[in-house]
Amino acid sequence: MVQVAITVNGRLRKAQVEPRTLLVHFLREQLNLTGTHIGCDTTQCGACTVLIDGRTAKSCTVFAVQADGAAVTTIEGMARDGQLHPLQEGFWEEHGLQCGYCTPGMIMAAAGLLQDNPAPNEREIREGIAGNFCRCTGYQHIVNAIRHAADKGQGR
Amino acid sequence: MIPSSFDYYRAASLDDAIAKLAAGDGAKILAGGHSLIPLMKLRLSEPQLLVDVARLPELSGIRRQDGLIEIGAGTVHHAVASSALVRDACPMLAEVAGAIGDPQVRNRGTLGGSLAHADPAADYPAAMLALDAEIVLRGPGGTRTVRARDFFLGLFTVDLAPDELIVAVRFAPARAAAYARLSQRASHFPIVGVAAVLDLQGGTVRGARVGLTGVGTHATRLAAVEQALAGRPADAATFEAAAAHAADGLEDVNADIHASAEYRRAMVVVFTRRALADAAARG
Amino acid sequence: MSSPVLPKLVGQRVKRREDPRLIQGRGTYVDDVKIVGLQHLAFKRSDVAHGRIRRIDTSAAEAMEGVEAVFTGRQVAEFLKPMPIGTPFPSPEHRAVAVDVVRYAGEPVAVVVAADRYVARDAADAIVVEYDQLPAVVDPDLALTGRPGLVHEGFANNVALGPFPSGTGVSPDGKSVDDSAVDEAFRNAEIVISQRMHNQRLIPNAMEPRGVVAHFEPGRGTMTVWSSTQNPHILRSMLATVLGMGEDQIRAIAPEVGGGFGAKINIYGEEYVTAAVSRKLGIPVKWIEDRSEAFVATTHGRDIICHIDVAARRDGRVLGIKMRLIADIGAYNMLLTAAIPTLTMLMANATYDIPAIRATLTEVFTNKTPTDAYRGAGRPEATYFVERALDMLARELKMDGAEVRRRNFIPKDKFPYQTQMGAIYDSGDYEKALDAALAACDWENLKRERDRQRAEGRLVGIGLSMYVEVCGIGPSASLPTGGWEHSQVTIERDGRISATTGASPHGQGNETTFAQMLADQFGVPIEHVTIHHGDTAVVKQGIGTFGSRSQAVGGAALHMAGGKVKAKMARFAAALLEAAPEDIVFEQGAVMVKGAPARAKTFAEVASFAYIPVPLPEGLEPGLSEEAFFEPSNNTYPFGCHICVVEVDRETGEPKLQRLVAVDDAGNLINPLIVEGQIHGGLAQGIGQALLEEAVYSSDGQLVTGSYMDYAMPRATDFPWFEMHTTVTPTPVNPLGAKGVGEAGTLGSTPAIVNAVVDALSAYGVTHVDMALRPEKLWRLMQGGRA
Repeated sequence: MVQVAITVNGRLRKAQVEPRTLLVHFLREQLNLTGTHIGCDTTQCGACTVLIDGRTAKSCTVFAVQADGAAVTTIEGMARDGQLHPLQEGFWEEHGLQCGYCTPGMIMAAAGLLQDNPAPNEREIREGIAGNFCRCTGYQHIVNAIRHAADKGQGR
Repeated sequence: MIPSSFDYYRAASLDDAIAKLAAGDGAKILAGGHSLIPLMKLRLSEPQLLVDVARLPELSGIRRQDGLIEIGAGTVHHAVASSALVRDACPMLAEVAGAIGDPQVRNRGTLGGSLAHADPAADYPAAMLALDAEIVLRGPGGTRTVRARDFFLGLFTVDLAPDELIVAVRFAPARAAAYARLSQRASHFPIVGVAAVLDLQGGTVRGARVGLTGVGTHATRLAAVEQALAGRPADAATFEAAAAHAADGLEDVNADIHASAEYRRAMVVVFTRRALADAAARG
Repeated sequence: MSSPVLPKLVGQRVKRREDPRLIQGRGTYVDDVKIVGLQHLAFKRSDVAHGRIRRIDTSAAEAMEGVEAVFTGRQVAEFLKPMPIGTPFPSPEHRAVAVDVVRYAGEPVAVVVAADRYVARDAADAIVVEYDQLPAVVDPDLALTGRPGLVHEGFANNVALGPFPSGTGVSPDGKSVDDSAVDEAFRNAEIVISQRMHNQRLIPNAMEPRGVVAHFEPGRGTMTVWSSTQNPHILRSMLATVLGMGEDQIRAIAPEVGGGFGAKINIYGEEYVTAAVSRKLGIPVKWIEDRSEAFVATTHGRDIICHIDVAARRDGRVLGIKMRLIADIGAYNMLLTAAIPTLTMLMANATYDIPAIRATLTEVFTNKTPTDAYRGAGRPEATYFVERALDMLARELKMDGAEVRRRNFIPKDKFPYQTQMGAIYDSGDYEKALDAALAACDWENLKRERDRQRAEGRLVGIGLSMYVEVCGIGPSASLPTGGWEHSQVTIERDGRISATTGASPHGQGNETTFAQMLADQFGVPIEHVTIHHGDTAVVKQGIGTFGSRSQAVGGAALHMAGGKVKAKMARFAAALLEAAPEDIVFEQGAVMVKGAPARAKTFAEVASFAYIPVPLPEGLEPGLSEEAFFEPSNNTYPFGCHICVVEVDRETGEPKLQRLVAVDDAGNLINPLIVEGQIHGGLAQGIGQALLEEAVYSSDGQLVTGSYMDYAMPRATDFPWFEMHTTVTPTPVNPLGAKGVGEAGTLGSTPAIVNAVVDALSAYGVTHVDMALRPEKLWRLMQGGRA
């Protein structure tokens, strides 16, 4: 077992983990942050996307030990003081989700996109979420949702 | 899927990492982990010890030095793709880095990891070949450099000893260069990827280097194409003619459900021509 | 029952009430369920397609620290009965964990119970299984000759069902066949189109893999099972049967379900095993499917070969159709496996008034993962075969594809229309949908633009497809589970409304649409309404969500239950207001006497009176809670027209979908925003089938496309902006006039794309190409073609 100290959603969490513990399992099983989902085992679907030190990552392909000392943001850390994040608002307003399983990862991927490109066009949005699968929506309402958030962000 | 158990060690320095590697015991280097961890999850790789080098400052950074561009092996794809220096001095490499995987993968996967793993369909090796890059290795005996054309030896096989790791790559700037790829539609790995670097002077191709990935056991240079270009005018007819025989000498061409060997050969021609034309357009 | 739904929230783009929890990561999916003492299951699965188990060595697994138990198939069979199916056809015995013989790669051979999922995986990996390999039956045509072997003893030539005839001149039981009409159609034909087509095998790929938590409580003798299922009540019934328990002793919960697409209708071996192990060991246990497992362990979809012949006149009028269907159903019959291809036969009429049709279905066992429902389930196949063949006919006659279709439409004044296949289409106006689509894409201009681009050397094609879909499934005669749906509506003491629905959703947004309906029905704010679902302890009865039935059947049940409780509430209000019940109206949170708004009580006051009825009005029981079972008299038949533009890269063969125009008619829409989302999703899956998705098996029965590295899941970058339009033709089958929409998008888009690609490659003499439209396949057609 290895000691890790990871700041998750602004709170320092210390724990003993097996080196092989995947970050997604650490978040879900040890911290009970079950908003981060697992949808594949080949680093493709993106359901497990979180931010590690501000950059998006697929937490199924990161060992918890690799995140030792890092700051991790999950979907549970996106709303602040009871206020939804503009992306969360966008997904709600624009019907950007159906079953909701891919949604947390999709929102985190979109957060990474908007950080690099605050005003993406349609093509850039589609490329920005190319690492995330959604089986329900056909992606069109997700594009609208991200646009919604981008438009809001510009007003800030 | 869940990896087998292993021990984990975060290296304090490059030498510390090398010492761990040299101690044997089935140790493997862990940087971004985006080649290794997927294999471990499928239990296709079961290392005893992972030596984490992700945070070593010796492996980071993109810089211009003695007229060359040097990129630390620990540099993630996103950093290469978005580097102002790379985009200016060698836009083709930024293009290659930006084509790998997806945004999340590009935030974690590293240049050194990709080269060391040497997947037959990795994008970077084609670019390294076309750039005639030097790959800087460090082991217990010190540092050595290997030219890219000598580095890729076979399927998942490179000129890298078990106790060595890749420190950096170095190459001369190349503006007249481009990368063209046919994506496999599931994995988005290239079925065929062609990186071309042209040395243009007054509308003439003085020299060319063309790297190919996805087609054989490992990335290779297309020497016949390069020779066919030398001294010819940099126009569509030249590129068409040079590319026409791009696949002629290729042996052991990969075949799978996405692309037969015959189709891959045909696509080598198409994408070689496209890469050459795009490279010339940048020149 | 036929009172119209008030047009207030119904028909509006109301934001979903499900979303606040889901966008914050606060939804509870099966893997989020934790119980003290929970242990984890992992399955050891066969890595051969067909083999006899020579030896299983579980000793290393059993010796591992943290391993609670290991059971081989033989051991599981001691405490678990074989799996039942939902169709009446003869079927081989199917054990949840294989005993002696494995019949597809991925079939479970042993199960491990361990303290955590890491140890469970380690232990499953440590089980050693040796097989005597048997010849893998992979090719369905070969399989029908009994070669290279038999999947099941007792099923000669691997025939699972059939050949089973249906259509013109065939009695409903298939036993009496009169060929005269079909023969005459082909005798009178001026042109006959014949083609073998394959509607390929697909992998459903709900983003949430399956999972089960089972908690048997020994003292109480009760079982609670959480499962990622589309139909918890069916799960409960099946578990009760297989475990020998009463339905009252089992509580089945479908928590948040991360998509189903038909593949979570089936009740799976893992559900039975998880429950049985929990009971045997007296502990709660959890099994969560890996994606790699899901590829082989969750049912696949489609996989039907069709030999189609179309007899027509040279003016484009179709006289008759013959379809010989061969469905490769894989290794076993699952819940509805055998029934799915029968829906292809049922819909062979498509949108056309065709005088004579004969379809003949044969289902064949192979050593592959079993098939079952996948979004559209039988109907996309029918649509594909007919719409492809009509396009071939139009091309052969050098006629506009739209015109050929128009000449064969069932005219709108012929509804309800009895088809040759035994369906009764409820309502339709196909010409209106076609015209709307042609107008939306500016059809004539689109063709000119295509021709202009072709003149530049580009390979551009236009494709069109009509579709008609069968939705709102039942009625009960058509489903072994019953085809009704159930709802209970309760006006709570404080005037708020709780309602249950047996239509257990997994992304369809029933919590929103059903609340819209009740808010309108009672004239109360939507915030005062809560919809409960997915828990058999809360929802008394139900069938589930599949066959695009939640609105047309579940919504109708809700509307009926709401009507019953409203009638009763009106009687309480009438007593309070000293008026006649028929004069009571519900508006804006008040209950009042019609035409006398001053004589009113608040909704809550009437509710409160109903629970403390002093004095109790004569002839009334206290309380306001009513239930309804809605049994539809028929299915609903939504329809539409999809048109697309595809360009093929001349050098690489890569097809690029450039435009997609969709006109869909689902009758009345409760929430157009949600309907749009449903259609988008269907389009994406339909397009995915045409362009990308394909389950490929090797000759030894291994699934080659066994991960997302090889199975091409559509990404955001694969789609253009969908151009959406609607027409509205209500159904008379239910009081809402709503037809259902969940699967529709998959029907028209797939043939439209293939038609477009064939159009693009027509210069090369291409008349048909099977899906998926892989670049190499198209490239080869260009290499071998005429141009």
